[in-house]
Amino acid sequence: MIELRNVHKSFEGREVLKGISATFQNGKTNLIIGQSGSGKTVLIKNIVGLLTPDEGEILYDGRDFVKMTNKERVMVRREMGMLFQSAALFDSMTVLENVMFPLDMFSDMNRVDREKRACFCLERVNLKGAEFKMPGEISGGMQKRVAIARAIALNPKYLFCDEPNSGLDPKTSLVIDDLIHSITEEYKMTTIINTHDMNSVMGIGEHIIYIYEGNLEWTGTKDEIMTSTNERLNSFIFASDLFRKVKEANM
Amino acid sequence: MRDRLAFKIMQLFKGISTFGSYLMLMGRVLALPERWRMFYKQYVKELVALGVDSIGIVLLISFFIGAVICIQIKLNIASPWMPNYTTGYTTREIMLLEFSSSIMCLILAGKVGSNIASEIGTMRVTQQIDALDIMGINSASFIILPKILGLITMIPMLVVFSIVAGFVGAYATCALGVLSMDDLTAGLLHDFNQWYVWMSLIKSLFFAFIISSVSSFYGYTVEGGSFDVGKASTNAVVSSSILILFADIFLTQILS
Repeated sequence: MIELRNVHKSFEGREVLKGISATFQNGKTNLIIGQSGSGKTVLIKNIVGLLTPDEGEILYDGRDFVKMTNKERVMVRREMGMLFQSAALFDSMTVLENVMFPLDMFSDMNRVDREKRACFCLERVNLKGAEFKMPGEISGGMQKRVAIARAIALNPKYLFCDEPNSGLDPKTSLVIDDLIHSITEEYKMTTIINTHDMNSVMGIGEHIIYIYEGNLEWTGTKDEIMTSTNERLNSFIFASDLFRKVKEANM
Repeated sequence: MRDRLAFKIMQLFKGISTFGSYLMLMGRVLALPERWRMFYKQYVKELVALGVDSIGIVLLISFFIGAVICIQIKLNIASPWMPNYTTGYTTREIMLLEFSSSIMCLILAGKVGSNIASEIGTMRVTQQIDALDIMGINSASFIILPKILGLITMIPMLVVFSIVAGFVGAYATCALGVLSMDDLTAGLLHDFNQWYVWMSLIKSLFFAFIISSVSSFYGYTVEGGSFDVGKASTNAVVSSSILILFADIFLTQILS
């Protein structure tokens, strides 16, 4: 479980996070949603330690990540997997080498076992046959799937996804969403997804937090969104005609 | 007046802050590798990318510069009052003392420095460095250390290749009838001081560290997008070149 307590972050006097407290549960797909510029990416960067909060606590199963020593942080980081917006694959390595990379760095398996594990992860994301391709030779959706395979190679406890559907068509987005959701359930991970894709919200949002101008505005499930009376949330979620009509039909 | 003073003070602080950031980054870089297996793999890759892939340009430039120095010396300095070996002797001294170490490193600062800065800068803007950090890897050491050690390992070889190619270029002018092969050989062997070769090699080691570490610093600290990567690449070449020239003065003074 990951818990945030009163997290603040400012850049050059501009407060981006204004005291966010939230809990992200094990085995659930947790979504952080909000408009562009609301502080979602800053929040996820604080959670994974790419930024340090000015104030507040970030607890990984009760351990405060902010106050940890470098060595302790490294240990927690080895329990993390992350899927970046741009996939962030190492472009000088093949798909198989990318997935094997965390195993090469941290596991004591021999080469054959490492390769087997990497192939298993690639199969898990339906990418069998793409092992020896370079990242530049595969599509954006495939790159995201390789990044998921790399993220799960070491059986992480925590999976973070920063806008996993950005730049993908709706069908591929659904594939990625389903994959993240099923992997979360399968490995009982704490998954946090940062998104403003409403299809993801309605599809896999088991626990959703809505950020508005650096504040936690609303928290709930995808079903509760349909009946929420929070005006800011409603104007964000039901900004498109399609979702407005879905809501009206439900009512 | 006050504005100009304030601007100069700001520039000074910026310079000190940049130098501080560079030292802090080097502190992170000079750490023991987490996995020797992976370090060795990266190291060999860098030996090829930074060293072996530079052999061609080093040989080409040194060959022609060796030839041109020889022709220029013959045309402008040699006279009936000078011994016949003057041209070969001067060519050797220029190649050994300055060209094959300092000038060759300035050229490599352009080729290798921009390559390092743009490669690391692109890794930064495409979040590949963030991916390493999230995995709990010391990204600075993982990426930069093999580059520094790779270039330091390969540079003495490049310097030797440059010296030899320069001499071959000088001999090529004999075919054009600029001077006789015997005169050139006599000049190249005249009053040879072995220490000059060592001096050239020692200087090149310092220059290799400057090129690889400064370029890596500019690449690693890129913020923004492709425009900033280009800017970092230019800054890396300019700063490395200036530092090489400064270091050359001190090293020449110390080693001579």
